[in-house]
Amino acid sequence: MTKFEYAPAPESRSVVDIAPSYGLFIDGEFTEAADGKVFKTVSPASEEVLSEVAQAGAEDVDRAVQAARKAFEKWSALPGAERAKYLFRIARIIQERSRELAVLETLDNGKPIKETRDADLPLVAAHFFYYAGWADKLDHAGFGRRTTEGHSGANPRPLGVAGQVIPWNFPLLMLAWKIAPALATGNTVVLKPAETTPLSALFFADICRQAGLPKGVVNILPGYGDAGAALVEHGGVNKVAFTGSTAVGKAIARQVAGTRKKLTLELGGKGANIVFDDAPIDQAVEGIVTGIFFNQGQVCCAGSRLLVQESIQDELLDALKRRLSTLRLGDPLDKNTDIGAINSAEQLARIKALAETGEAEGAERWSPACELPSSGYWFAPTLFTNVTQAHTIARDEIFGPVLSVLTFRTPDEAVAKANNSQYGLSAGIWTEKGSRILAVANKLRAGVVWANTFNKFDPTSPFGGYKESGFGREGGRHGLEAYLDV
Amino acid sequence: MPTSPKLSAPLEQGGAPTTPAFADVTASDSTLRRFLHGLPGVDAVGLEARAASLGTRSIKTTAKAYAIDLAISMIDLTTLEGADTPGKVRALAAKAVHPDPTDRTTPRTAAVCVYPDMVATAKAALAGTDVKVASVATAFPAGRAALDVKLADTRDAVAAGADEIDMVIDRGAFLAGDYLKVYEEIRAVKEASGAARLKVIFETGELSTYDNIRRASWLGMIAGADFIKTSTGKVSVNATPANTLLMLEAVRDFRAQTGVQVGVKPAGGIRTTKDAIKFLVLVNETVGEDWLDNHWFRFGASSLLNDLLMQRQKLATGRYSGPDYVTVD
Repeated sequence: MTKFEYAPAPESRSVVDIAPSYGLFIDGEFTEAADGKVFKTVSPASEEVLSEVAQAGAEDVDRAVQAARKAFEKWSALPGAERAKYLFRIARIIQERSRELAVLETLDNGKPIKETRDADLPLVAAHFFYYAGWADKLDHAGFGRRTTEGHSGANPRPLGVAGQVIPWNFPLLMLAWKIAPALATGNTVVLKPAETTPLSALFFADICRQAGLPKGVVNILPGYGDAGAALVEHGGVNKVAFTGSTAVGKAIARQVAGTRKKLTLELGGKGANIVFDDAPIDQAVEGIVTGIFFNQGQVCCAGSRLLVQESIQDELLDALKRRLSTLRLGDPLDKNTDIGAINSAEQLARIKALAETGEAEGAERWSPACELPSSGYWFAPTLFTNVTQAHTIARDEIFGPVLSVLTFRTPDEAVAKANNSQYGLSAGIWTEKGSRILAVANKLRAGVVWANTFNKFDPTSPFGGYKESGFGREGGRHGLEAYLDV
Repeated sequence: MPTSPKLSAPLEQGGAPTTPAFADVTASDSTLRRFLHGLPGVDAVGLEARAASLGTRSIKTTAKAYAIDLAISMIDLTTLEGADTPGKVRALAAKAVHPDPTDRTTPRTAAVCVYPDMVATAKAALAGTDVKVASVATAFPAGRAALDVKLADTRDAVAAGADEIDMVIDRGAFLAGDYLKVYEEIRAVKEASGAARLKVIFETGELSTYDNIRRASWLGMIAGADFIKTSTGKVSVNATPANTLLMLEAVRDFRAQTGVQVGVKPAGGIRTTKDAIKFLVLVNETVGEDWLDNHWFRFGASSLLNDLLMQRQKLATGRYSGPDYVTVD
């Protein structure tokens, strides 16, 4: 018992009305799966069943793609300014319903309400606002043919139907990253949310109806990997966009190879967060915490490898451990919760197995004193020290609240170690020296390099990977290209 | 602290008036400058983001009741006006002892804070209570006077019975890089304060950068401050969550390095219960419960008290009573 014990401060569950069952969203209507299959979605914090959801199969994928094909003709022919109106409307409805959606996302995903309220939902709305603004400016986005005389050729054109498969870590935000640019550029969409987090995508389907979006422009197919594979394979799909594991990404790349489909992949990562001895230490500690414990570390661009200059290792780790002891783990709906639940039993098992590998390979494990709830899927924030490049936990993506701490002696060594990874999605640099930031950032092979901050997202900034972290960029002007025939 | 020189010997507990372990640091202007400029930098964006994120803590029911009483007990109830009279000071003293006349369970404030010439009046009015008398001194608020004058000002306040002295640093000297002068002055005032606890006001709004605030914090602590305090309340930017968080980090690190605990006092601009609770959350999650006590944390405030009392009444009765149910002074 501490002196200043925070009383429970739960966000009200009653702001969201979850129906006992949901259908697939095809051609503007909610419908059952052709084979009548359903699956249950549970709250990872309590294992309570939230709803029963129709499970899409190959036949449903076909129906949805047909609907999207049909809708594409009119949608792509609309003036950009008209498409923008729908996107602005969707963005505003998301803002109006953000409290409801935040609670829903927290229930279905397990992440703290603090994050859905302050990060996920504001970013979702911002993404739609941002791409709404591009819809009538595509001719000026720098794409399309241009002769040497500067005479304009054909303007960039939409691709057609986009088949999109998204992960469970930021269900609604990943939907926004996929759908907003696709619609702004005149494509129509069939999207498959992850099987553990289908609800916010289904609420988004309702928002599309509320916004009066023409039927078939957005189709949502909850389901498992087989539905995703059927979607990727479907001949009526012109563009495949996938965010998820590197293993599945590779399978998709093989599937799509030899077809005319355009592909973008946003896959795993093992981000290096590099702390130099001249760093602003207190802020670096915050950045390390944000880097690996934001969303329980279930973030593809997580700063899961801490590279700390050996000369300040002890001080930094003391400060970091002190800070981790103040993290509040528990009920994700409590407004004071910092660390929520792991999304699924399967993911929890994977995190546990990799953490055990870390110990077995001789790394030193540490967690703050921390009581885990008795039901649901939970993992305490964990640090591993004495980690080297040879350890599995320094190479494999854990996708959980587990930080591997490595040391370096010189800036060159830091860069070499940071780049020594199969991945290349994100990196962070902590130093008060501006010239060092510029020099190191230029040498890092990572899609996003943060300087004196971490896990900062903005719809205006392109996001994507090097190496096995994928290809293509989402966000910013660059994000338009993935959905345009240029 | 990663880049600061290692100390030769740890200090003893209890806030000795001078801190011999820093003798090599304060040996000359250049050693002192090297030490202060060797402290880790502060990233302004990150500092403010952390302060803002702690500001989103939701403090309800029992936690709120605890925080309100704690905040009341931490107030240095302040009047620092040219128009201060004995009557005004006596009224303030009475309020410090019984903040809410309708509820005698309301905690007392920590202290009453006045100008030196009002110390005797305040002391008499508070006789027999444990409410302290704090006096500003050293040509408050500008601090633009000769050292002799500042010391005389301090001695007057102490002679009149002040339990605590709130001095201002010479911001001009600090900004000119004359750190040793600032240091010597604090030490001299500390000596003149005798048994009174010394709060050192940096006027963070005039120091302007967070790097300066961190340097001033260490300078003050090395010179023997019992408390470090943000502001006089007389400039446009006073206490903020970010500058207070930074000073809390400084006292935390100073104790870790020397064993000496130093108090923190944000002052000026904290007017609502909501604000006060945010500061208490900063204390709780930065330095912990060792500082959750009015010996180590204070609020320099005047109007804050009435808002705390109204919120306290609301928690007790379920109704919001309004400004006619708290006393005006």
